[in-house]
Amino acid sequence: MGKTFAEKVLAAKSGQAEVVPGQIVIVSPDHLLTHDNTSAIVGKIKDDLEEHGVARAEMPVIVLDHVIPAASEKHAANHRTAREFAEKQKLPHFYDIGVGVCHQVLMEKGHALPGRLIVGSDSHTCSYGAVGVFSTGVDRTESAALYLRGETWLRVPDTIKITLHGKLRPGVSAKDLVLTIIGDIGADGAAYQAVEFHGDVKNLSIEERFTIANMGVEMGAKIAVFPVDGAARAYLASIGVDEKAYEPVWADEDAHYIRKLSYDMDAIEPVVAAPHTVDNIKKVSELEGLEIDQCLIGTCTNGRLSDFAAAASILKGKKVSPRTRLLVLPASRAIYEEAMEKGILAILSRAGGVVLPPGCGPCLGAHQGALAPGEKCLSTANRNFKGRMGCKEAEIYLAGPETVAASAIHGRLTDPRKEMTR
Amino acid sequence: MTVWKYGDDVNTDMLFPGKYTYTCATAEEIKPHLLEDLDPEFAGKAREGDIIFGGKNFGCGSSREQPTLGLKAVGVRAIVAKSFARIFYRSSINQGLLLVECPEAVDAYKEGDGVELDATAGEIRVGGKAFAFPKLPPEILAIRDAGGLLPYTREMLKKK
Repeated sequence: MGKTFAEKVLAAKSGQAEVVPGQIVIVSPDHLLTHDNTSAIVGKIKDDLEEHGVARAEMPVIVLDHVIPAASEKHAANHRTAREFAEKQKLPHFYDIGVGVCHQVLMEKGHALPGRLIVGSDSHTCSYGAVGVFSTGVDRTESAALYLRGETWLRVPDTIKITLHGKLRPGVSAKDLVLTIIGDIGADGAAYQAVEFHGDVKNLSIEERFTIANMGVEMGAKIAVFPVDGAARAYLASIGVDEKAYEPVWADEDAHYIRKLSYDMDAIEPVVAAPHTVDNIKKVSELEGLEIDQCLIGTCTNGRLSDFAAAASILKGKKVSPRTRLLVLPASRAIYEEAMEKGILAILSRAGGVVLPPGCGPCLGAHQGALAPGEKCLSTANRNFKGRMGCKEAEIYLAGPETVAASAIHGRLTDPRKEMTR
Repeated sequence: MTVWKYGDDVNTDMLFPGKYTYTCATAEEIKPHLLEDLDPEFAGKAREGDIIFGGKNFGCGSSREQPTLGLKAVGVRAIVAKSFARIFYRSSINQGLLLVECPEAVDAYKEGDGVELDATAGEIRVGGKAFAFPKLPPEILAIRDAGGLLPYTREMLKKK
């Protein structure tokens, strides 16, 4: 019997010939991601760190991104604790505010390499499945224990195989595809399971794969992973990673899957996730005309160059409606600079967009772009939970960047395909 | 003992709003905000020994352990749900908070029913009817028996 991606990686990382779903294995992850929560994590083990130090200094990757620049004295003190910890423990992979959102940074800086095992104290750690990484979320306490011991336990998951056919049509994005899948299988449809994407993956860019893998946790998945093909190798080469630095892993042809699904990408239409669950999927056409108070393009889900380019192609020479406001949130400084150099940010700004520093800002409701009671936000982020953007009496709708850009022009939910033909 | 009953997909923002993520770290800071956007009564009235009932996918959402830390500190005896999201599940093990995955017990519960829980036997009684739930594997019970992941890690470091 062949093996799935998850079975192969977890066997290799636990030093066993083979593992089976349900089995618990002890693993030493290649990397542990923490962000602004680093200060709370190290606070739990202050005395232990004095005595034992960090088990493997190469393992932690710290990215300050959640509340940047600091919104208050308390946030500033948190950042300082993280900086001092990284310096004292001589951690080589520390990224201060402004570099970007942790998930984008791990990709860009070459920490997320095919075949690696990465855990992170952020649920969207599953994003690196875009380049064949076994990456998944843990909590703060587990991160603290990992700092000290360098190892943890994982249960070998069952795997769902999703085969993609064809190609997305103009105006339809990878976000529409993944939201459609989540709507079909439900917010717990892949709970405790791995999700592998097969088929015409070549028709999706690395950026599009990132969007899809990022949303894996919104279907409950432990990991959501793509094969490493020419596009993935080209992306890694573009950020300076030598092909000898990694060994791709992929499932065998005869691997066992608990469930198999297939999607015709040509048939996908623009959709939105309506409040307050990510699986509450409606076609844009069903809700068209809905008044929107705030539009957000960006975050770790859709804050990459192609997302802003798509938005700019719709917003060029146009203005954001006076009845709404548009926030633009690049996922990293590199993306910010490239979008600036290519004139994309100028287009979005001239249209009336407010460009925010590369970070998490409005997505978790801690600062920047919080909502008022009764307001509706149309966002490219990954969650529309009640209270998520700082107000429990507000509503969040999720969509792809094209839909958000088209809707910003009218202040109402708009099918982007209409705006593209004008 | 109070039984608190909620529905499906109770997410981490409902259990503890994201806006407090970087301003509340200790159990005392967390407690007043527990379930703030889901059930404003909970934080003031929850007491030692209470049980929470939930539907499917309980704890979905962020890697946010404030709910488990806070609920454990309040003295919540267990959360009984149809299913749990995985990071929340791990987090509860790490804090030594008992999770019971038992859809039949959740369906059977009606307001006012007495609830008895025997974690060692893996049995929950709801309104006089008994339901079995799967016990944790030994590797994970070892973490709970040590009082949570950090005490367990300290034991392991001593043995090294």
